[in-house]
Amino acid sequence: MGIDLPLIWAVIISFGVMMYVVMDGFDLGIGMLYPFFKDARDRDVMMNTVAPVWDGNETWLVLGGAGLFAAFPLAYAVVLSALYLPLVFMLIGLVFRGVAFEFRFKARENRRHIWDKAFIGGSLAATFFQGVVLGAFIKGIPVVDGRFAGAALDWLAPFPLFCGLGLVVAYSLLGCTWLIMKTEGPLQRRMYTLARPLALALLAVIGILSLWTPLAHEAIARRWFSLPNLIWFLPVPLLVLLSIRALLRSVANGNQVRPFLLTLALVFLGYSGLIISLWPNIIPPSISLRDAAAPPQSQGFVLVGALLIIPVILGYTAWSYYVFRGKVRHGEGYH
Amino acid sequence: MFGWEALDLARIQFAFTVSFHILFPAITIGLASYLAVLEGLWLKTREQVYLDLYHFWLKIFAVNFGMGVVSGIVMSYQFGTNWSNFSTFAGSVTGPLLAYEVLTAFFLEAGFLGVMLFGLNRVGPGLHFFATLMVAIGTLISTFWILASNSWMHTPQGHAIVDGKLIPVDWLAVIFNPSFPYRLLHMAVASYLATAFLVGASAAWHLLRGHDNLALRKMLSMAMWMALLVAPLQAVIGDFHGINTLEHQPAKIAAIEGHWENRADEPTPLILVGWPDMQREETRFAVEIPVLGSLILKHSLSEPIPALKEFAAQDRPNSTVVFWTFRIMVGLGLLMIATGLWSLWLRRRGGLYRSRRFLRMVLLMGPSGLLAILAGWLTTEIGRQPWVVYGLMRTRDAVSAHGITEMGISLALFVVVYLAVFGVGFGYMLHLVHKGPQTNEGREPLHGGAGRPRTPARPLSAPEEGLDEGAPSARS
Repeated sequence: MGIDLPLIWAVIISFGVMMYVVMDGFDLGIGMLYPFFKDARDRDVMMNTVAPVWDGNETWLVLGGAGLFAAFPLAYAVVLSALYLPLVFMLIGLVFRGVAFEFRFKARENRRHIWDKAFIGGSLAATFFQGVVLGAFIKGIPVVDGRFAGAALDWLAPFPLFCGLGLVVAYSLLGCTWLIMKTEGPLQRRMYTLARPLALALLAVIGILSLWTPLAHEAIARRWFSLPNLIWFLPVPLLVLLSIRALLRSVANGNQVRPFLLTLALVFLGYSGLIISLWPNIIPPSISLRDAAAPPQSQGFVLVGALLIIPVILGYTAWSYYVFRGKVRHGEGYH
Repeated sequence: MFGWEALDLARIQFAFTVSFHILFPAITIGLASYLAVLEGLWLKTREQVYLDLYHFWLKIFAVNFGMGVVSGIVMSYQFGTNWSNFSTFAGSVTGPLLAYEVLTAFFLEAGFLGVMLFGLNRVGPGLHFFATLMVAIGTLISTFWILASNSWMHTPQGHAIVDGKLIPVDWLAVIFNPSFPYRLLHMAVASYLATAFLVGASAAWHLLRGHDNLALRKMLSMAMWMALLVAPLQAVIGDFHGINTLEHQPAKIAAIEGHWENRADEPTPLILVGWPDMQREETRFAVEIPVLGSLILKHSLSEPIPALKEFAAQDRPNSTVVFWTFRIMVGLGLLMIATGLWSLWLRRRGGLYRSRRFLRMVLLMGPSGLLAILAGWLTTEIGRQPWVVYGLMRTRDAVSAHGITEMGISLALFVVVYLAVFGVGFGYMLHLVHKGPQTNEGREPLHGGAGRPRTPARPLSAPEEGLDEGAPSARS
């Protein structure tokens, strides 16, 4: 049968979404940490640590959307229309936050607080509703005759809302440990003190979700708890526990880079847990990758472009992180 | 709410967000090429004025590009959120075209924009010019994909219908569908013209206030050459586009002309003004010129064009709207041509930079290109109704099944947020224009650079002026 196009596209889109979660995760997290840091100079430093890279981070979201449209139009149509309101709220959060990033440094001192608030509110709204979207997606989207068959407010349920909170905690921890890596002095010390409660909160979130998800979704329970799956997947929860332990220890020891890497590992583990739970569905609980796939001539056509251009994007991304490596100090920035 | 249904709100929302969005890419396309021309002229002549202008317009380009990216994120999700049945039905064809657009836009942003914005003193003029050219070409490649997708929705071909869904059969036929070449040319040239009039108006504004320097004169002069040469060319392209539309979407042309009925073998007149009335099936208060309609659209003195009554009532686009949006577009186009001719006359008499009446006209014409683009898009998109994919899917069947409440909430949010956010952005661009081009701007190396502390890597960071700095904008 040659090349398995739907599988390749599932990998590309999963990769794109993961890049997005990891990368936009820490800069959204910085926005949510803003309320804890009132000093304008601290806020400048915090924003400057991501200023050169944040819009590159966000482009992965567009790539995910466009890739889904091209490769799995049914999933694009059903999932996006089912989660209409939370997605609109998320997009508006991103618009606000995107321009707040830029306008804040252009604004006069006495107006800066407006853009600070837009930055906080936009980051929080974007993160929370991303989590809601994720939760509603896991919860399952009823489809009849290739159309969304649920109600407009299906997402307004305890599980998705909890996922929204969970993502706020996860991104905040990402932002916090990123800032541990990128700052120094008193600002960094305050990040260390924040990291511990955030890590414990994330542990609680992961624990609750690990119980709640299989209890509420029988198929997911079967995926994890039947033999031999249980043995294959056991490393995931074990690694989560080990990572949290190592994270807490590295924060206590004052490590600079390790907390961020361990948080990344946690996010990656959570993400792989998600894929294990849902595979091979692209619209849980019943539409699989193959059901939703565009015909091979569509998937093949875009694959050519994607394989040419994605490596270039990756190269550029790596280069810009390399250029902007190192600590950011007070009074210096990219603006 | 006003007797509207969710479908109407979905259409208004799409029209609103895409109308805001299209302004940014139009300026991006025009300015990117203008910048390439300026840098090319600088490399050729080594005259400082071109480099000054380059740096001046580069800052405005950067802000505009940033807003285009942000408003574009919303667009890339709207097909799924609001038009899910369209996405399911036609996604295998339009999805890949849009994905290519996103991929090429990324490629451009990733590869060359950074060098273009911040790299002149780092990579040397030759390589920098190459980067500018690549960005200019990149914007046109993006235009190519977007318009391929849009044109296909007007004149679909190269597909098959399998299990109630469209699948592509021949990509070349899909991309190079019958209306694509005309639409692509028309839009690219429209972007150039719109930008030329923005540039011209910026110069006129300064000249009217008694500022006068070589850079401002160059701006006005170049813009007016564009008006003189390109505006008539656009009229010719528009004419070809119209004839192509007559062939593939005759109902749209009938609606544009407010032409309801053919009497036995009489040529079609051209209605200059009037009020097409959809209920009474006639164009009221019509002022018309005999035969001219046939002459323009059929290049014939006798052959009539199809009339609206030849189409079933449910297949007719709203003539009242497209009649007028079309006339606004054409009227603005004629004013552009007139401005160009006036400039030629003044140039020969030697009063191009001094005639206050002319400069005021150029200033007023500043937004004409952008308005014409909006009017033109409204004409072609409303003229496609009631179809979303012409002849294959009706707009009514394309929309997601959202209730009026959700649609009302989201529309209100988009309107408030867009007006606030992009209003500030436009204000910032005007502020940059207001400062005017500075002599020797390009001589001083920009602050920062790879490994230096102040290195802006994003479009909106290129302008270093503060948003509210220098209160003159508040005075004017």
